[in-house]
Amino acid sequence: MINDLYYKRRYVISGIAVVIVLVYIIRLFYLQIIDQSTKDQADNNALVKQTIYPSRGLIYDRNGELLVFNQPIYEVTMVMRDMKADWDTVAFCRCLKISRKEFDERIAEIKDRRKNRGYSRWTPQVFMSQLKKEDVATLQEKLFLFPGIHIQKRTLRDYTYKAAAHVLGSVGEVNQNDIDHDDYYARGDYSGRDGLERTYERELRGEKGVEVLMRDSRGRMQGSYQNGALDRTAKAGTDLYTTLDIRLQLLAEELLAGKIGSAVAIEPKTGEILALVSNPSWNPKVLVGKERSKNYNVLLHDKTKPLMNRATQAMYPPGSTFKTVQSLVCLEQGAITPNTLYPCSGPGSTPIKCTHHHGSPVALDRAIEQSCNPYFWCAFRDLLQMDGYGKDNEDFRHRYELWREAVMSFGLGQRFTDSDLNEQSAGSIPSTRLFDKFYGKTGWKAITIRSLSIGQGEILVTPLQLANQAATIANEGYYISPHLNKNDSMLTHRHELAIKKQHFEVVKEGMHRVMIYGTGRHYAIDSLHMAGKTGTAQNPHGRDHAIFIGFAPVEDPQIAVAVVVENAGFGATWACPVATMMIEQYLTGEVKRRDLRKRIGEAVLNESVKKW
Amino acid sequence: MRASRSGNIWQHVDWTTIGLFLLLVFFGWLNIYGASYTFDQTSIFDFSNRAGKQFVWILGSIVMGIILLLIDYKTYDVLAYIAYGAMLLLLLATPFLAHDIKGSMSWISLGPVNLQPAEFAKCVVALAVAKYMGRYEYKLRTWRDLIVPFALIGVPALIIMVLQKETGSALVFAAFLLVFYRQGMSGYVLWTGVAAVALFIISIRWGATALPLGSGSVGMLTCMLLLTVVEIFFICKEHQMRWQPLILVGSVIVIYAICLLINIWVTVPFNWVSIGVVVALMCYTIFVSLYWRKYMLLLVAAFSFFCIGYTQACDFVFQKVLQPHQRIRIEVLLGMKEDPAGAGYNVNQARIAIGSGRFFGKGYLNGTQTKLQFVPEQDTDFIFCTVGEEWGFVGSIGVLLVYLWFILRLIEIAERQRSLFTQIYAYAVASIFLFHLMINVGMVLGLLPVIGIPLPFFSYGGSSLWGFTLLLFILLRLDAARMEQLR
Repeated sequence: MINDLYYKRRYVISGIAVVIVLVYIIRLFYLQIIDQSTKDQADNNALVKQTIYPSRGLIYDRNGELLVFNQPIYEVTMVMRDMKADWDTVAFCRCLKISRKEFDERIAEIKDRRKNRGYSRWTPQVFMSQLKKEDVATLQEKLFLFPGIHIQKRTLRDYTYKAAAHVLGSVGEVNQNDIDHDDYYARGDYSGRDGLERTYERELRGEKGVEVLMRDSRGRMQGSYQNGALDRTAKAGTDLYTTLDIRLQLLAEELLAGKIGSAVAIEPKTGEILALVSNPSWNPKVLVGKERSKNYNVLLHDKTKPLMNRATQAMYPPGSTFKTVQSLVCLEQGAITPNTLYPCSGPGSTPIKCTHHHGSPVALDRAIEQSCNPYFWCAFRDLLQMDGYGKDNEDFRHRYELWREAVMSFGLGQRFTDSDLNEQSAGSIPSTRLFDKFYGKTGWKAITIRSLSIGQGEILVTPLQLANQAATIANEGYYISPHLNKNDSMLTHRHELAIKKQHFEVVKEGMHRVMIYGTGRHYAIDSLHMAGKTGTAQNPHGRDHAIFIGFAPVEDPQIAVAVVVENAGFGATWACPVATMMIEQYLTGEVKRRDLRKRIGEAVLNESVKKW
Repeated sequence: MRASRSGNIWQHVDWTTIGLFLLLVFFGWLNIYGASYTFDQTSIFDFSNRAGKQFVWILGSIVMGIILLLIDYKTYDVLAYIAYGAMLLLLLATPFLAHDIKGSMSWISLGPVNLQPAEFAKCVVALAVAKYMGRYEYKLRTWRDLIVPFALIGVPALIIMVLQKETGSALVFAAFLLVFYRQGMSGYVLWTGVAAVALFIISIRWGATALPLGSGSVGMLTCMLLLTVVEIFFICKEHQMRWQPLILVGSVIVIYAICLLINIWVTVPFNWVSIGVVVALMCYTIFVSLYWRKYMLLLVAAFSFFCIGYTQACDFVFQKVLQPHQRIRIEVLLGMKEDPAGAGYNVNQARIAIGSGRFFGKGYLNGTQTKLQFVPEQDTDFIFCTVGEEWGFVGSIGVLLVYLWFILRLIEIAERQRSLFTQIYAYAVASIFLFHLMINVGMVLGLLPVIGIPLPFFSYGGSSLWGFTLLLFILLRLDAARMEQLR
């Protein structure tokens, strides 16, 4: 233009345009490149991750009988942020048949970050759980009225038999500790709390799946995100085949009813646990779902301690059943031969006396048969004194240590670390250090610890260890740690004992004689060729514990059993019949001795044992 | 004098601009489809949805463009005042004919379509202003020639703002300031505008923030210190003496230092001290201007005086004059309030949508925020979110740069005119587009308060598209005729 004074202002105006665009580009750079928060916020906005719960693995017995399965259960979850102001709380409460007060309390609980650390307004929070189909049916129909509410299907455990509660264990909600230690769990998830459910949690639980859904600004679901590219299907848990024989288990539980005690049956060659009973017990169905915590509390405060798995956790003096181990150790370490005779009375056996009259002196097989206390005291004494006492009691203490090692090689006094049983007690075979502490190094002699010779005193074992001991004798020198998972991987875990085979033959013969001539003769079935040993353990808690260990058939043992009935008196009276009926059931498939079964099963020795 | 090189209109029309126009319209259309895309979406041509409708508007606008180019260029000059008069009547009548749509009284129903006359007013006002200022005898520096164009702009703006309740559309007329500036208006007017915005923001944002020392507010002190600096700058500029700057700056510093010292014993009201300093400098300015006959300094004194009053009034204006929804938008923008569910919702969702696009975007039709309708008004005022989310940083700057090119092209067109009428009109067009771009994108990016005006060619809507088409193609027609006239 001609004579345009302000020609240069075109650059100012262009400059303004350039600066504005430049500022906006910088802002875009900040929003889209530098600021990382928006990606998550966008995903939070639009994406809903819905967990798909896998079905938990089933549990079977050794014959493929279904023991544990799943039943569908529903839970109501809510996403707080989607609950708008016009939300009809009254109608919602009516659908779930809860009061306004319960509703408010539950909401407060969800929002309390001290109790619910993972709380977020954006994620589904469990409002009510473990509802039956009928409970959620009304809500399901009216779900569209309640934005933010979802119904999630889950599964609960169910049981075919009211049996094996301790073995199977139970499933419960995870606690904060579980969540902190395993990323897999989220609040409201379930995991095995004890028993097999806990041991095989990783296998049984399977793998959660996830479905990524898109949600629009009004909270309506709009289908899957990226056509499900990020979805993961749930992987069902692996089924668990156990070594249990449910018939045997049921029989043992029936026989122990009304008594406090336990029974363990093992297949000797494999270490497979055929039955593992601890009484008092409970119906596994009561520790499921809504009733779980209430019932758990009742069990927890029951004076008879039903929650304790006596079969693996209770420790008893083995009493006379220990004489079998004693015999084997004395034979192996050369203190006696099968022909060594000891008298039943007289100065040599003092101070231990026999409880009843039998021929005297006796050799080993008859000593076992008659459970002759003085015999085993003498043998034990001679073993410990073989090298004399030596300087500072060293030789004696060394002998004791060798004896202890040999005893422990039966699996006594220690946990089976390669077993899949979680809840085990170690028991105790007292160490030299323990006696040194008590009496001083030179202060204890064979006579000091004479009770050990007949399985009394400081020695403590669990029923599981007793059963394993029976299996070891049946196997003539080895055992495989008792276990519950029926796969063959355990067969390589053979524990060999440094005891010669021929010694076992003598002891087995003695145990066989127990069932023919000795304390077990009343309950033996001749055709089954049983071997056994009764025990009557004195204890500070009242009447003696009745104990029995045994196996059958003698020639080719298929089953080894240990039974303990607390405060029942003679082992022969209460423990032996239970064990022989278990053997009968397992070997013949039925119990022919109906009257005996009825008498033992219905006998109530402890009034406070509750039946569930 | 006329050179009769009429020839073919298609040879002289600016094809670059038409290309950019088509590019923006087409890309805008794609994004409207993306923004209104839901899951049961059918085709981009389905006329039941917005992309389909927009396609009709686009066809209409192209036909309109062709017709506008075919009309004799003199027609626009001739009809400028008549059209302006008619438009005023239409704008006045609109509130009585209109239905209330979201509190706005600016829409007239014509059968199946709603039209917004305000969108066309921009073009008509631009023509009238261009015609008035393009007169041969026009001098910007006389009062009459200043007041008439302001009135030409102000009257429709007031009608739109007050009667039709469309603050955003009315604010667009502020874009004409750039036109005046180009025609010789003092640059200080623009600076005054900048100062007004700055003082407003400072006194609102920090007006209630107490000083760490003494009594008074951070906002007030900052405003007064800025004024002090401005006054000293002008005194020194107009009245050049060697030691004066040092003396003035020195005395101000000494005054504040003494106040700080006194503050150890007595609480000093810094608000009043700072106002006192400004007033003292103002008196000195008046003295200097009268004594040395630098009357320009009187304007500075007047400015200072006005500013003192203005900063005092800001709070009142903010609390009492602005509508509550406008107030909260500003508060959210300045970070004084968090309201992610209410007034801050749009802005926050827009930020999330754009930010989540990252560098390359989520891909066309793949934006989750867009598709799931988290951003309200995403196919109209907030359409830029869709660009940001689906096309990412790359696409967003692409769009901005195309706009910049477009606006710079319009300025170039303006500068090559021989007719003052066309040049003024061209600057009006460029300024209006620039203003729309600045306000709309600034709002979406959370840099400016939420003011509902469309992004030209992108936002869904027939009125705005046709309004902008009218604006642009009249310019292209006038530009095509630039060779036919000499001044």
